[in-house]
Amino acid sequence: MDVKDLKTYFYLDDQKVARAVDDVDLTVNAGETVALVGESGSGKSITSLSIMQLINKPGKIVDGTISLLGQNLLNLSDKQMTKVRGNDVAMIFQEPMTALNPVYTIGNQISEVLRKHKKMNKKQARRRAIELLKMVGFPRAEDTFDEYPHQLSGGMRQRAMIAIAISCEPKLLIADEPTTALDVTIQAQIIDLMNEMKEKLDMALLLITHDLGVVAEYADRVLVMYGGQIVEEAPKKRLFKESKHPYTSGLMESLPSIYKEEERLGTIRGTVPPAHSFPKGCRFSSRCPHAMDQCFESNPDLIQLDHEHSVRCYLYTDE
Amino acid sequence: MATVEEKKMTQTEQESIVKVENLKKYFPIKGGILKRTIGHVKAVDGVTFDIKQGETLGIVGESGSGKSTLGRVILKLLDSTEGNIFFEDQDITKLNNKKMRPIRRDMQIVFQDPFASLNTKMSIEQLIEEPLLIQTDLSKDERKEKVNSLLKVVGLRPSDRLKYPHEFSGGQRQRISIARALAINPKFVIADEAVSALDVSIQAQVLNLMADLQEEFGLTYLFISHDLSVVKHISDRVGVMYLGRLVEIAPKKAIYEEPLHPYTQALLSSIPDTDVDREREVIKLEGDLPSPSNPPSGCAFRTRCPMAHERCAVERPELIHKGDGHYVACHLYDDEA
Repeated sequence: MDVKDLKTYFYLDDQKVARAVDDVDLTVNAGETVALVGESGSGKSITSLSIMQLINKPGKIVDGTISLLGQNLLNLSDKQMTKVRGNDVAMIFQEPMTALNPVYTIGNQISEVLRKHKKMNKKQARRRAIELLKMVGFPRAEDTFDEYPHQLSGGMRQRAMIAIAISCEPKLLIADEPTTALDVTIQAQIIDLMNEMKEKLDMALLLITHDLGVVAEYADRVLVMYGGQIVEEAPKKRLFKESKHPYTSGLMESLPSIYKEEERLGTIRGTVPPAHSFPKGCRFSSRCPHAMDQCFESNPDLIQLDHEHSVRCYLYTDE
Repeated sequence: MATVEEKKMTQTEQESIVKVENLKKYFPIKGGILKRTIGHVKAVDGVTFDIKQGETLGIVGESGSGKSTLGRVILKLLDSTEGNIFFEDQDITKLNNKKMRPIRRDMQIVFQDPFASLNTKMSIEQLIEEPLLIQTDLSKDERKEKVNSLLKVVGLRPSDRLKYPHEFSGGQRQRISIARALAINPKFVIADEAVSALDVSIQAQVLNLMADLQEEFGLTYLFISHDLSVVKHISDRVGVMYLGRLVEIAPKKAIYEEPLHPYTQALLSSIPDTDVDREREVIKLEGDLPSPSNPPSGCAFRTRCPMAHERCAVERPELIHKGDGHYVACHLYDDEA
């Protein structure tokens, strides 16, 4: 998948425009795990919803291209897009209780996808659904098929969500905070499961999260988002060891670790500005400890430091 | 380094401000047409510990471990089913609301969700003034002055006093909750997932603030959280809860460097770390937390424990002292004791 210059704006009542996603470039190669990291309000979830074209009014994708396996999703009709969703790209969400329909059984919800996308009949769909449930770790898959979402625990619901998402063997799975609502011991189970499915089905994974620990553990490449824009992109190891952007460094310093003893946590002063009133220059300038005059004047471009590391910051324009 | 150790030593000899003994809280499950009690959810099931003057005790556990119920029972926001709660050596377990009132000014709580815990129709001034009105007889001007100084203490501007909660971000709202909790100079503050809803950069601001306030006002904290990294950062001692029971409690260093209980070990190993060079050995736990209405017999953790043996199903392990204030409830350790 290749996303270029994606812009998703929200047109608010009072003539204000919230530039929730502004010029985002994002590439996910086949079989790769890419993490999109950011705090609330950074635009990471809107980016993923834009890819799925699930943006509703007053939001609108104003510019850019999203090409998946060679076709630009933004040129597709609604009907064609419905085919792409589920078949080529699938998504799982943070809260499986709201994403699953409470009045249909788990089996019903998996079969629905199979019958619609794979044109299976009822019997075939049931057999395949039970197979899928077994695959994602339900020991009594036949019984689970007839159970309702409320009968499952949070971790089990997320497993069911994964079963639905992979039912048509998509090439790309977008996981939006898939483990945020789960306890750590369950989180470890679910992430392992996603990795296993990724290998088995040769999927690429776009992992959207605020949790730098999860990123450090599981991603190949990381993009850091702030104020609707990518501010830094690097392979995982380089990002954690030689982060360049003051925001990325600030995030890492503010994170307590179980292996380190820190007297005082680093902080980033202030809060994320709302998307309709970003500062005039660099969007991080109001909170940045290194801000220079230039930073308040104009927003820096994403600078390519080398073939795999880029950063949006004036500190590096001369290099 | 030695001075730090000494300081800790004197701290352990210090007097405890809060003590709970064999504390239990069962919630009845009603069923049938007659709504008879058909069972109990044992949210807190026999917990014993004390908190020393000026220290921070962290309580960690996953959802359903009973950690939040524990906090509410200690403050007597919920009645306990069994056991005793002491505050400054006074048994407060059986005190009625009227007798509790003078004690309540010394104990406060900060909740997770500042959206839900602040009344949206009250201005910041009214919110922070409310406890002063109830608990003190300060004059109007004195109250106003106090509100201003509290806002400054938590890093807000006095000009914010006339605003309403919706005008603030999550982090700022949590600062307001803290100002409100501190208004009547409590000695003991329970923070129940107080930073869990915040982004990391904001979480760090609030944690630093809490540490500063502790130093300035000599506060004692009970810090309840599911986040082991945050608990490690802020606590002096840490207790680990599983299904309503305390399975291990020890000074912070011991818990994180030499955890004894298999659950603590598994919990620590499942936390993803940002050190990309570290090779982690993850101890995988099978399955989910069992239902607290029907906990396994013997040791509640045995159904998920990689080390479980026959005895664990029969006999419930009690907390035993392994030296230096390190207590663990596990049959692996009680033979040598």
